[in-house]
Amino acid sequence: MALIATERLTKDYRLGPHTVHALRSVTLTIDRGEFVAVMGPSGSGKSTFMNILGCLDTPTEGRYLLDGVDAGGLSRDALARVRNVKVGFVFQTFNLLPRTTALENVELPLLYAGVPARVRRERAREKLAAVGLGQREDHHPSQLSGGQQQRVAIARALVNNPAVLLADEPTGNLDTRTSVEIMALLQSLNRDGITVVLVTHEPDIATYASRILTFRDGRLLGDEAVAAPQDAAVALQAMPEEALA
Amino acid sequence: MNILQSARIALRALRVNKLRSALTMLGIIIGVGAVIAMVSVGAGAQARVAEQIQSLGSNLIIVLSGSVNAAGTRLGVGSQLTITEDDAMAIAREVPQVQVAAPSSRGGAQVVYGNLNWWTVIQGVTVDYFEARDWSVVLGRPVSQEDVDGATKVALLGQTTVFNLFGDADPLGQTIRIKKVPFTVVGVLDRKGQNSWGQDQDDVIVVPISTAKKKVLGRPGANPRAVGAISIKIRPGEDMAEAESQIRDLLRQRHRLQPFQDDDFWLRNLSEVLQTQEESTKVMTYLLAAIASVSLLVGGIGIMNIMLVSVTERTREIGLRMAVGARGRDILLQFLVEAVTLSLVGGLIGIAFGLGGSQAISYFAEWRTLVAPEAIAIAFGFAAAVGIFFGFYPARKAAQLDPIEALRYE
Repeated sequence: MALIATERLTKDYRLGPHTVHALRSVTLTIDRGEFVAVMGPSGSGKSTFMNILGCLDTPTEGRYLLDGVDAGGLSRDALARVRNVKVGFVFQTFNLLPRTTALENVELPLLYAGVPARVRRERAREKLAAVGLGQREDHHPSQLSGGQQQRVAIARALVNNPAVLLADEPTGNLDTRTSVEIMALLQSLNRDGITVVLVTHEPDIATYASRILTFRDGRLLGDEAVAAPQDAAVALQAMPEEALA
Repeated sequence: MNILQSARIALRALRVNKLRSALTMLGIIIGVGAVIAMVSVGAGAQARVAEQIQSLGSNLIIVLSGSVNAAGTRLGVGSQLTITEDDAMAIAREVPQVQVAAPSSRGGAQVVYGNLNWWTVIQGVTVDYFEARDWSVVLGRPVSQEDVDGATKVALLGQTTVFNLFGDADPLGQTIRIKKVPFTVVGVLDRKGQNSWGQDQDDVIVVPISTAKKKVLGRPGANPRAVGAISIKIRPGEDMAEAESQIRDLLRQRHRLQPFQDDDFWLRNLSEVLQTQEESTKVMTYLLAAIASVSLLVGGIGIMNIMLVSVTERTREIGLRMAVGARGRDILLQFLVEAVTLSLVGGLIGIAFGLGGSQAISYFAEWRTLVAPEAIAIAFGFAAAVGIFFGFYPARKAAQLDPIEALRYE
C-alpha cells in the first residue's frame, strides 16, 4: 500500500467575491522510501499540496490517505496528533525556537507527544548525533550557522520517527555548498528508509531526488522518475576547496 | 503536555523579557500590596474600637448627673448632682434587664506617697462597680460591703497611678495620702487602656463611695446620697434601647419631671456609640479595599495587554509548535500559565510589599495596623483570578491561530 495517496485532491479558497482554485483534482501516490521533489512556479499549488500532505490544511474535495488514515475529516486536534507522530517538517527559515538549546529544540515534538523527560533527552541526543551535531547540543540557534540550524531542524523533524519528512524549500536560505550538504544528509536519510518529499523551485536541487512532480495552476503537470539521481556526496567532493570557508 | 511543562515553558518565556515581565507584574504587586496594606489599616482601626468596647465593659449604660435649670441659667453636666444612690438602687430593683447598677462619684485630688506625689482621679464606688465595668483586681482585693458601710480608708490603684507613685515597688499594704487623709492600698486594678476619647482609664484611685464623699470629694451642703454617675450593666441578650428607655422613664418619674421638662440627667449608651463607630470603620475598610482593588484590576489589564503583544510577537513560534503537534489546548495552556505566573509571582511580591507597607504605616503614621491572614489569602486569590481572567482572551487567540498563517507570519 502506498504511503501517500491522493484522489482528486481539490482545494478552493474564497478571496472576496472570487474563488481561487489552488489545487484541481490531483491524484497520485507516493510509496514508502521514495525521494520526491515537488516543483513549480509560485502560485502553482505546490505549497497548498504540501500543507495538505502535512495535515496543516484539509482538502475542499477529494481524499487524502496518509499511511492508511483518511486525513480528510479530522478535527483540529486529530490533525495535530497526525502531524505529531507521522509528519516531520523542515522549513526554509528553519523555525527553531530562539534562546533554546539545539537539544531542547529537537525535543519539542516529543514534548507534545507526552514522552517522559528522560526518554525525550535520550532520543533527541541520538537524532542530533545522527545529523552530525552531537557536539552542539547546548548551543542556541544564534550560535549556529545556517546549515547547522537546518540540521537541527531536520533532527527535530526525525525525532518522532515520522512516516514522511516534508521539506519546504530547505535550501532556500543556504549557500550552494551548504545546500548540497543538506541534500547529502537528506539523501543518506532516504537511503536509510525515510520517505522524503521536497518542495523546491531550483532545478539543481530537484536533480538529487528520484522522482519529480511538476505543478502548474493547481494541476499536476508532470510526474517523471529520475533514472540516475545525482549523488550529493559525490557532488560535494567535486566542489572547489575555497567554497568550504 | 501537562501543567508542569507548561509552567516551565512559561517561566522561560518570562525570563527572556525580564524587564517587561517585571513591569507587568508591578501592576499586580501594587494592587495586592495596596489591598493588604489598606485592609490592615482598616482592621487595625476596627480592632481598636473593639478593644475600647471591651475596656468600657459590655452592655454598659451610664447615667450622669444632668444639667439643671437654675433660675433660667442652664448649668453643665455634673454641675449639680441630681442623681442619688437611691436612684441606682431603684434602677437595679425595678428594671428587669439590669444586672447591676453601680453608683460612683469622682473628683480629682493630689496623692502623696513618701516623697512622690501625683494628681489623679479619685473614684468613689460601691461593690458592684467592678462587675458593672468589667474591671478585675489583679492584686489584693476589691472594695467590700464592709468598706462601704464603714467608710474605711482603703484604696485600689490603677496601673498608671501605681507606676507614678510606686514605680516597680509593691504598693500593697502601703499607706498613701489623698488630700492628707491616709489610705491603705488594698488592691491594684487591671490595665484598661484609653477610653474612646483618649483618656487614660488607669490613672485612677478607687475608694469606697462613702469614704470618698466624707473625706475626699465632700462639698458642704450637698445631698449626702447624691452621686456623679451610675454605671448600669444590662444582662446579656437584652435589648439595650428598651432598657435605656425604661431607665429614663424610671428616673423621670423618681425626679418628678413633668412631660415638658428636660431630663435632669444624661443617659449614655456608650457601647452603642462605639458600635456605630465600629460600623463606620468597617465601611472605611471596605472602601479602602475597593479603591485598592481597582489598582489590581488595572494590573490585570496590563497583563492582558502584554500577553496580546506576546502572542503577536510569537506568532511564528505558535505556528511551529502547532506544526510539530501542539494542539489548541496546549497553546492555550502555555499562554494562560504564563499570564497566571505573572499574576501569582506579582501577588507573592505584592504580599511582601503589603506586609512591609502596613508595618511602615504603623511606624510612620503611628496608626495601628492588623494584617489578617484572610486578607492575604483573598488578595492572592484575587490576583490569580485576575491572571486567569485577563490571560484567557490572549491565550485563546493564540490557540485559535491557523498554523499555516502563523508559520508564514513576518
